[in-house]
Amino acid sequence: MNDKLLCLDDISHSFGGVEVVRRFSLDIEPGEFVAIVGPSGCGKTTILNILSGFVRPTSGRVGCEGRARMVYQHDGLFPWLTVAENIALGLRHIGDAGERNRQAEDLLTLIRLRGFEDHYPHQLSGGMRQRVELARALAGDTDILLMDEPFSALDYLTRLRMRRELALMLEESPRTVVLVTHDIEEAAQLADRVIVLSDRPARIRCELRIDLPRPRDLTHPEVVDGIHRLLSELGLEEERSDVRGDLFVDA
Amino acid sequence: MTETKRTAGERVLPVAVMIGALLLWWGLAAAHVFPESLFPAPLAVGKGVVEEIVTGRLVNDLVASLFRVTAGFLLAVVLGIPLGLVLGSYGRARAALLPAINFFRNLSPLAWIPFAILWFGIGDSPAVFLIFMASFFPIVLATVAAVATIPMVYFRVAHDYGLTGWEMLMRVTLPAIAPQVITVLRVTAGLAWVVVVAAEMIAGRDGLGFAIWDARNGLRIDLLVSGMIVIGLIGVVIDRLLFRLTRIPSVRWGYER
Repeated sequence: MNDKLLCLDDISHSFGGVEVVRRFSLDIEPGEFVAIVGPSGCGKTTILNILSGFVRPTSGRVGCEGRARMVYQHDGLFPWLTVAENIALGLRHIGDAGERNRQAEDLLTLIRLRGFEDHYPHQLSGGMRQRVELARALAGDTDILLMDEPFSALDYLTRLRMRRELALMLEESPRTVVLVTHDIEEAAQLADRVIVLSDRPARIRCELRIDLPRPRDLTHPEVVDGIHRLLSELGLEEERSDVRGDLFVDA
Repeated sequence: MTETKRTAGERVLPVAVMIGALLLWWGLAAAHVFPESLFPAPLAVGKGVVEEIVTGRLVNDLVASLFRVTAGFLLAVVLGIPLGLVLGSYGRARAALLPAINFFRNLSPLAWIPFAILWFGIGDSPAVFLIFMASFFPIVLATVAAVATIPMVYFRVAHDYGLTGWEMLMRVTLPAIAPQVITVLRVTAGLAWVVVVAAEMIAGRDGLGFAIWDARNGLRIDLLVSGMIVIGLIGVVIDRLLFRLTRIPSVRWGYER
C-alpha cells in the first residue's frame, strides 16, 4: 500500500468525553528515529498506546507493518524473573533452544551485563534495569521500539549514559524508534525527527529534522541549535537568527 | 540483599532470657510462693513431658493436631486462593461477595464451635471445619487485595510478549501476588494453630488441646504445663517453616525495597 512502517491517519481519541488527540496524522519510515515531545498530559503516551495497539482510537486509521514492542518508564521488568529470564521472554517465539541461548548471550553482551544473568531486577541499579528492559524489547526480530519516557526515572548522568548506549545499540541492531519524552535534550540528541505537540487535544505543532549520525554529543552545535529551536517553539527561549536546522511549522 | 549477621551478643541474649525465666520459675516454685497444686515446679513439668513421650501420648496428640491443622489449612488454601484470584479479577463478583466474606472474616471462628459439634460430632471433622473457617476468609481477602494491586504494567508487558490465559496466570499473576500471599499464609497458619487447640478442648478425644483439657480434668497441672510448652514450641516451628518460603529467590523482591 505504501512504504510507511507505521502510520496514523487522521486519528482522534477521547477518554470519557475528554478529547485527548484531535485529527492526528503521522507517517514513520523504516529505520527512522522519531521523538514526540510536548507538555505533560498532552496525549503523548496515548499516541504511543495507539501505535502499539493497546488503545483503539475513537476514529481514524492505524497502520503498522511489523512487530512493535514497548519500553516502559520503569519497573516494566518482572521482578520475579532473573535478568536472563526477563530477556528470554523477548525470545519466546524462537523455537530452537540453542539459538535462543545464543541470542540471549549476545544481548547480555550488548547491554554489558554478562555475569548478571542470574541477578534479579531489585539487585540492579536503575540504569542496569533499563538496559535489561531495552535488551528484552530488542530481543528477537522486533522492528519497532515504542519508548515511553524510558529514562525519566534515572538520574541525569545515567540518563546521558543511557542515551549513548541506546544510540550504540541501535547502530548494532537497527530499529525504528518512536520515543515519547518531555526531555527536549533527549529528543534533540537522539531523534532524526522531533515532533512537538500542542496542549491537549494533541495536534502536531511543529516538526524538527536533525540530520546527524548517532551517537551525538549533547554539546554538538546542531544538537544545541535543535534544543534552542524546540525551546523557542515552546515559548521557553527567545528566538535567535543564527541557528541551523529546518523547522516545519504546521499551518 | 541485607543479610545482617547476628552478633554473638544477639545470639546469646535470647538464651540468657530463657534461662533467667526458668530460674525465676524454679525459684518461685521452690519458695512455695503459690500452692504446689496451682503452680508446678519445672522438674515436675519435665517429668511430665518424659512421661507423655514414654506412654506415646505426646506423639499421638501431636500427630492428631498436626493432621487437623494441615487438612483444614490446605483446604482453605486450595479453595481460598482460586476464589481470591477470581474476585480480584472481576469487579462485579468482588462487589457481590466481598461484604459477606468480610463478615465471616470478622466473625470469630470459635463462634462456630457449637455448629461444628452439631454438624460433625466429635473427632477430626469439627476441628478441620473450624480451622478451615479460621483460615479461608483471611486467605481470600489477602489474595483479592494482592491481585487488585498488581501493577498494570505487568499485564501490558505480558500482552506485549504474548503471554495469555494459563501462561498469564502461572507466569504473571501468581508470581506477582506470591509475596503477599506468603505473608498471609504465615499469619493464617498461626491462627489455625490457635484454633485447633480450642477445637480439641471442646470437640476432641485426642490432640494437644484435648491433652491439656484432660490434664486439667485430672488435676495434672504438670501435664497441663508440658502440653502448653509443646503447643507453643510447635507454633514457633510452623512459623519458621513458612518463613522459609520468603527465602525463595523469586519472591525476595516482595520483601526488599
